[in-house]
Amino acid sequence: MSTVTVTDSPAPAPVRAARPTYKVTGRRVLRSEWAKLWSLRSTWITLGLGLLFLVGFGVIAAAHYKSELNSGRPMHRDDVAATALGLSVFGTNFAQLALGVLGVLVTAGEYSTGMIRSTLAAVPRRLPVLWSKAAVFGLVALVVATIGVFVAFTIDSGIVSGTPAALTMSHSGVVRSLLGAGLYLGLVGVIGTALGALLRSVAGGISVLVASLMLVPGLISLLPSSWQDNISPYLPSSAGESMFALTHDSTALSPTAGLVVFLGWTVLALAGAAYRLVRSDA
Amino acid sequence: MIEAHQLTKRYGEKTAVDQLDFVVKPGTVTGFLGPNGAGKSTTMRMIVGLDAPSGGSVTVNGKHYAQHTAPLQEVGALLEAKSIHPGRSAFDHLMAQAYTHGIPRRRVEEVIELTGLQTVAKKRAGAFSLGMGQRLGIAAALLGDPATIMLDEPVNGLDPEGVLWIRNLLTGLAADGRTVFVSSHLMSEMALVADHLIVVGRGRLLADTTVRELIQQAGGDTVTVATDQAARLREVLAGPGVEITGTAGSEELQVTGLTPRAIGLKAAEHSIPLFELSSRTVSLEEAFMDLTRDAVEYHASATVETSGRAA
Repeated sequence: MSTVTVTDSPAPAPVRAARPTYKVTGRRVLRSEWAKLWSLRSTWITLGLGLLFLVGFGVIAAAHYKSELNSGRPMHRDDVAATALGLSVFGTNFAQLALGVLGVLVTAGEYSTGMIRSTLAAVPRRLPVLWSKAAVFGLVALVVATIGVFVAFTIDSGIVSGTPAALTMSHSGVVRSLLGAGLYLGLVGVIGTALGALLRSVAGGISVLVASLMLVPGLISLLPSSWQDNISPYLPSSAGESMFALTHDSTALSPTAGLVVFLGWTVLALAGAAYRLVRSDA
Repeated sequence: MIEAHQLTKRYGEKTAVDQLDFVVKPGTVTGFLGPNGAGKSTTMRMIVGLDAPSGGSVTVNGKHYAQHTAPLQEVGALLEAKSIHPGRSAFDHLMAQAYTHGIPRRRVEEVIELTGLQTVAKKRAGAFSLGMGQRLGIAAALLGDPATIMLDEPVNGLDPEGVLWIRNLLTGLAADGRTVFVSSHLMSEMALVADHLIVVGRGRLLADTTVRELIQQAGGDTVTVATDQAARLREVLAGPGVEITGTAGSEELQVTGLTPRAIGLKAAEHSIPLFELSSRTVSLEEAFMDLTRDAVEYHASATVETSGRAA
């Protein structure tokens, strides 16, 4: 308190006859959410981590492949089929955690801090806030992830050139797969924001996110195999993987079908978040 | 102008706000008074649309808060102490709020200056002291240059300097012709700033009155006179606006509507000996306690809640 100057008569300017006319618009809410995102240190750190995971693990995977190949020992079955693309998207598993968690923080963080009261007092119609948060963060995650996988691929294709895994950007399906990986991670970010808004808890949002992307596939393997084949391609993780896999076996969805299914999951999460946002007290 | 009509909020079995009817008029400071758990915060949250009423309605300048095109320009609210992200600077917080309405950067700098936050505006708000946090909350409330300012327990936990600052701010805002609606559980604080009082207890409206009326209702400004000629004194003092009570045969009378000085002069004029002449002013605190005690007793058959969640 002592550092603050006390104004004894703070009487503000009298209410002017012609007050400026302010108005809440969709674009302005977007602008506000954009400013909110970048004014937190956690955004920079987590996005940096996401980028590091994508490039770092992509490069590590390629280096590992190269050393295995040069060692002369018989290679692991997965490594035999490896491609420069597969190696460079290896980091998506880790980056999806960073980006998904940041997505949860974008919304659930407002509830845990109390910021949501300020946010909804400014935009009492509420839904524009959710759409703006999802759009802003989804776009940022998409851009960061796309940059990440393209950088990883560029480095990896250099590392593995001249090996059976060698691929170049001009190879059919490579650019599509890399864009698919970026899009997948962007949508994971959107799902994160939706889960955060739906559960209003950072811990809850992260738990559900990790469970649906990483644990459920493991649990499905406990089901009878005839069920597995019917269910597992439609899980968020498998559908997502179809978006950026270069080759697809008979059970997997095509890239387009994978995108459609994953978009479906995203819309479902957003719909749940929108329902809770409008229906329950902040 | 805030108008509540049969405003009700229930949480399961518990009724936090029970059919409140009140109007907060412009140009005055209206105090919203009640013990902890009386439903004050819930009412304020309903005014700005954070909570949906279970029944009834509340409007701001004729419309529901969410129906305004520029809500921050209608009502500036300071709710529970922290409605900020601790990792964001005060300036960035205000700027993010301003963007939603197209409020210019100039106005953000203006409210920072107005609340004396210049030196700390670029620091993380999480590191703010309670007083600075309140100032930031008030800066945000003033951002849209709103016609109505609503503050929930603004002096809670502030040091005397901060209390004085808020007091001056509130009277200044009302003098501008704005509607000022401020809640408190401290009657003494309200007495210093509020012209009008809305008193609630256990979610119900107990009084919608002025400070002066409240004291009068509680039997304020009574003069006690003792004399052996009680009957004669009654006749002498009787007049318009004067009320005299006292048990028959007793030497003591309770007089309202006359000052002790006037009573003494009248008695001397008629040579009536007085044994006692004392005035008793009911403090606002007492008047408030009387009102709210009744409210608590009224519900005492259920559970008497003295603390619990802040209203």
